[in-house]
Amino acid sequence: MSGNEAIARGVYEAGVRFAAAYPGTPSTEIMEQFARYDGVYAEWAPNEKVAVEVAVGAALGGARALAVMKHVGVNVAADPIFTVSYTGIEGALVIISADDPSMHSSQNEQDNRNYAKFAKIPMLEPADPQEAKEYVKLAFAISEQFDTPVFLRTTTRVSHSKSVVTLSEVQNPEDKTTLAHHAAKYVMVPINARIRRVEVEKRQKALQKFVETFPENKMEINDPEVGIITAGMPYNYAKDIFPNYSYLKLGMVYPLPVKMIRHFAAQVKKIYVVEELDPYLEEQIRAMGIEVTGKEIFPYTNEFDPGVIRSAILSGGGRSASPYPETLAMRPPNLCPGCPHRGLFYALKKSKAYVHGDIGCYTLSYLKPLEGLHSCICMGASIGMAHGMSKALMEKGKGKVVGVIGDSTFLHSGIAPLMNMAYNNSDALIIILDNSTTAMTGMQEHPGTGYTLMGKETKKVNLNVLISALGIENIRVIDPNNVKEARIAIKDELASSGPSVIIAQSPCVLFKRANQKPKPPLRVDEDACEGCRACLELNCPPIAWKKGVPKDGSKRKGIAVIDETLCNGCGLCAQVCRFNAIR
Amino acid sequence: MQEDRVRSILFAGVGGQGIIRASDILCEVMMEAGFDVKKSEVHGMAQRGGCVTSHVRYGRKVYSPLAEPGTIETLVSFEKMEALRYLEYLSPNASIILNTEQIYPPAVNTGDESYPDDIINFLKNHYPKVTAVDALLLAQKAGNLKTANVVLLGALSSMMEIPHSLWESVLRKSFPQKLVKLNLEAFQMGIPA
Repeated sequence: MSGNEAIARGVYEAGVRFAAAYPGTPSTEIMEQFARYDGVYAEWAPNEKVAVEVAVGAALGGARALAVMKHVGVNVAADPIFTVSYTGIEGALVIISADDPSMHSSQNEQDNRNYAKFAKIPMLEPADPQEAKEYVKLAFAISEQFDTPVFLRTTTRVSHSKSVVTLSEVQNPEDKTTLAHHAAKYVMVPINARIRRVEVEKRQKALQKFVETFPENKMEINDPEVGIITAGMPYNYAKDIFPNYSYLKLGMVYPLPVKMIRHFAAQVKKIYVVEELDPYLEEQIRAMGIEVTGKEIFPYTNEFDPGVIRSAILSGGGRSASPYPETLAMRPPNLCPGCPHRGLFYALKKSKAYVHGDIGCYTLSYLKPLEGLHSCICMGASIGMAHGMSKALMEKGKGKVVGVIGDSTFLHSGIAPLMNMAYNNSDALIIILDNSTTAMTGMQEHPGTGYTLMGKETKKVNLNVLISALGIENIRVIDPNNVKEARIAIKDELASSGPSVIIAQSPCVLFKRANQKPKPPLRVDEDACEGCRACLELNCPPIAWKKGVPKDGSKRKGIAVIDETLCNGCGLCAQVCRFNAIR
Repeated sequence: MQEDRVRSILFAGVGGQGIIRASDILCEVMMEAGFDVKKSEVHGMAQRGGCVTSHVRYGRKVYSPLAEPGTIETLVSFEKMEALRYLEYLSPNASIILNTEQIYPPAVNTGDESYPDDIINFLKNHYPKVTAVDALLLAQKAGNLKTANVVLLGALSSMMEIPHSLWESVLRKSFPQKLVKLNLEAFQMGIPA
């Protein structure tokens, strides 16, 4: 089982039947798996803040509720999280933060253990799928016992690695839902919040006592010379290399078991703190006056592996090197053959505009030769940034500033900034790349798809009506697979004054429900090809350059060839070929 | 269960070649054989065309799902040049199973970079056991190009001390009924390689 599958199982075993989330790597599979269990309610919320609020509402009604998100999703949800820490809940509330050290598919590698300390919310951190299953159950128990939200933090390596998991009995869910009015506890006006603020500190004290005997903080005294304090996946890397050292493995990373750490420190001579990303444990342990070795030898950046730990501790060991001396051509991620974003970005590049990008598959257009984006910060940022740049540059930016955003990302956090563009009369152009799904994380439903996570048909957001209700008057719907149409639309809307929106509508090529039949693959007519390389500018995986194919009476040096096994026949290359050589 | 030592196998190739599926099957086999097993994948953002690797580690008790560089004893490379990308992970005594299929990276497609030549000889000069397999050809003989990953599992099985009957029983459980015969055939094709 993967860590994510194990978490879903643990939640189900615990008798929890309510969860909300927004998809994001490496967290997505938790909800997809959970939604398959019998008798559960699971929903995709439009964003992480809404997901947490939905779970808080359920928990105030006495339910045991789960909210799931990737690390940067916690930023979006931070507002309710910090205050639900004050109120507590009636039922139980667990928030899963799936962090991504090394940024395998994220824009940053923030260490969300800091959120636990910042928001005064207890946090558990499993080291493998078996622990992930057990810890999520413990998280619910702690939430109920201490009237607090509880974080469960995983990393990509815990969420996505697989190992043997022993299953337990599924608890029968007990229905404790009820409408109980406790307004002084839940209405966070200052007079009440000041009282709850004190309650938080009382809870902190109780948790501090609890954590000292929490059985998942485990001490293994072996070699008294060296002790390692660690948590989560790095425990496994260290244990793999140094099985005989002594260990203090923390299952709960907030709050820390102060007495236990002192007890451990008294039993070993030299202490290493092994943790990825921030010196989170290290700083707190140092503050206890305990001397440790940490970030002076371990990297701050990227995820570890056993080799990182060996070379840090046995300094000068160095990492194993490859005997192959040459640099190999990379295989950067690319848009799929037939992807509707390709035509749009080809057309957009011709406009020479400054393009603010967003989070989704289309971020991949950044790479050469499409070079489709010039900025990309976080979910929903493209619209506000395009507006801000256009306002600051005024005449200099006229007709030159664009924001591009996918349909799922637009509904996540693009509506408010678009409303702002109408309100403050922006001149920028926003292009919504509507492929009818959340493609990058693997085809999740959202409020614009017409289906729920549970597979039920539902209301579908009408983008056109929504955008016009925000006050945008210039709205145009185009087919991005038609390069000519896309170019004309972009040119016209850049020239028009006031805010404009182009909705580029065409389903993701991998989206099964759209039932798109691949067309026959295209071929390059070797006699007609002039070797101009225009088709190669599309960066379509099946199109390759074949050197050394001259032609009589032409300066041609080579030709384009199409790999028929990869081509899906979308015909984009035929549109950009000026010699009618692709058919 | 033979010994305490943890062994590591690395699968490497290009997205879309069935690497994850093959490593899942290997894990099932090792679990059935009574080992503790962990596996971890590294793959990029795109669904197809990017580099994919899968570490499979087994033994009496496995801690890390990732192998330490310099310690992997077996590499199964689903694509020819991809074998070169992960040599830092291999022990100098590693065995390599190499699919001879070539998939050009984008920069090779555009003519900006070249595809390395003489890969097999380079590997043979540096590692004691290199087995080149034309898995696509064998998969075609078995009846479907998509079974190339199972052909490579066949080749891997002949290097491991796990009875073939165990592999076959896991393969039977891993595919829908109508595809079982095809995949058993592909597995057999790989064995003599």
